[in-house]
Amino acid sequence: MSVVMFFIAAAVAIAGAIGVVALRNPLYAVLALVCHLVALAALFLLLRAEFVAAAQVVVYAGAVMVLYVFVVAYVGGGDELAGRSALRILGPLFALALAVELFIAMLGSALAGIRGYGAPYKLGFGTPEQIGRLFLTDYLFPFEAASLLLLVAAVGAIVLARRRRGLEEGALELKDLLAAPRPAYTGTIAEGAGVRRVREALEQSHGGVTEVVGAAVAGAAVGGPTGSAHVDQPEGER
Amino acid sequence: MALDWYLAVSALIFCIGAGGVLVRRNPLVVLLCLELMLNAANLALVTFARMHGGEAGQIFALIVMVVAACEVTVGLGLLVAISRRNLPIDVDQLRELNG
Repeated sequence: MSVVMFFIAAAVAIAGAIGVVALRNPLYAVLALVCHLVALAALFLLLRAEFVAAAQVVVYAGAVMVLYVFVVAYVGGGDELAGRSALRILGPLFALALAVELFIAMLGSALAGIRGYGAPYKLGFGTPEQIGRLFLTDYLFPFEAASLLLLVAAVGAIVLARRRRGLEEGALELKDLLAAPRPAYTGTIAEGAGVRRVREALEQSHGGVTEVVGAAVAGAAVGGPTGSAHVDQPEGER
Repeated sequence: MALDWYLAVSALIFCIGAGGVLVRRNPLVVLLCLELMLNAANLALVTFARMHGGEAGQIFALIVMVVAACEVTVGLGLLVAISRRNLPIDVDQLRELNG
């Protein structure tokens, strides 16, 4: 049974890998990689690595591949044209040479364990309990370093993919943003107090709230960013 | 199943990924092929862990997964930045650092 499972999973994994390399549409390549990852998780299960298999499906085939799909949808990335670079011929040759070398190294290896079926199975091998205990005792430093690495990568990705002001054509400069008129009754506390003081004074002299608001808005439109201008202007009127 | 079969599958996937990195020109697919190579290494690590009967290889595979996730995040961030500046999404044309 495990032999059948192995051959099915291995065939799907290798077919998925070939699909990633051969398919022209990036979206189909991503989907082929998802198939490949799920088949690889089955291989991990056959190797009694339960937690690694679960993490493979949840983290890789779940989260990372969703990220890929989003970026494919954002970037587009249509079919690539056939290039005339020398790597198109040399690349497969290099891969073939690498395969030959790896198989020679593996089949010619004197390691007896490679031909065997592995160590005898211990109860609890590869379970989340065992992995978690190892992560919090023997491998605590790699665990902490991995968390720091994830944080750095997250911050770096945000910085890289952020929309930068001023780089695009027609974007507002900083001085334009500062010179834009500000609505009335916004701004610093001092301005707000000043506006209220002016408003009370105007209410005493004119007795109408609506035209006071209109005067303040007009003062804001004329007075510009500093805010003190539209406070001073009605006082000048008075 | 003897363990050398798993290692053979791992070697094949690694070579397919390496060939893909060299042949493809879309950076997104290059990243996918890097994933293939990292996963082949993961399979070999888990196989060796099974061979020894210790979990150290599985721990190593999990750390490799973390590193792969970080690499994907930064790589896709770069890709979004590239597409935002309307640069060509082609590794053969993005060669300013090449001199």
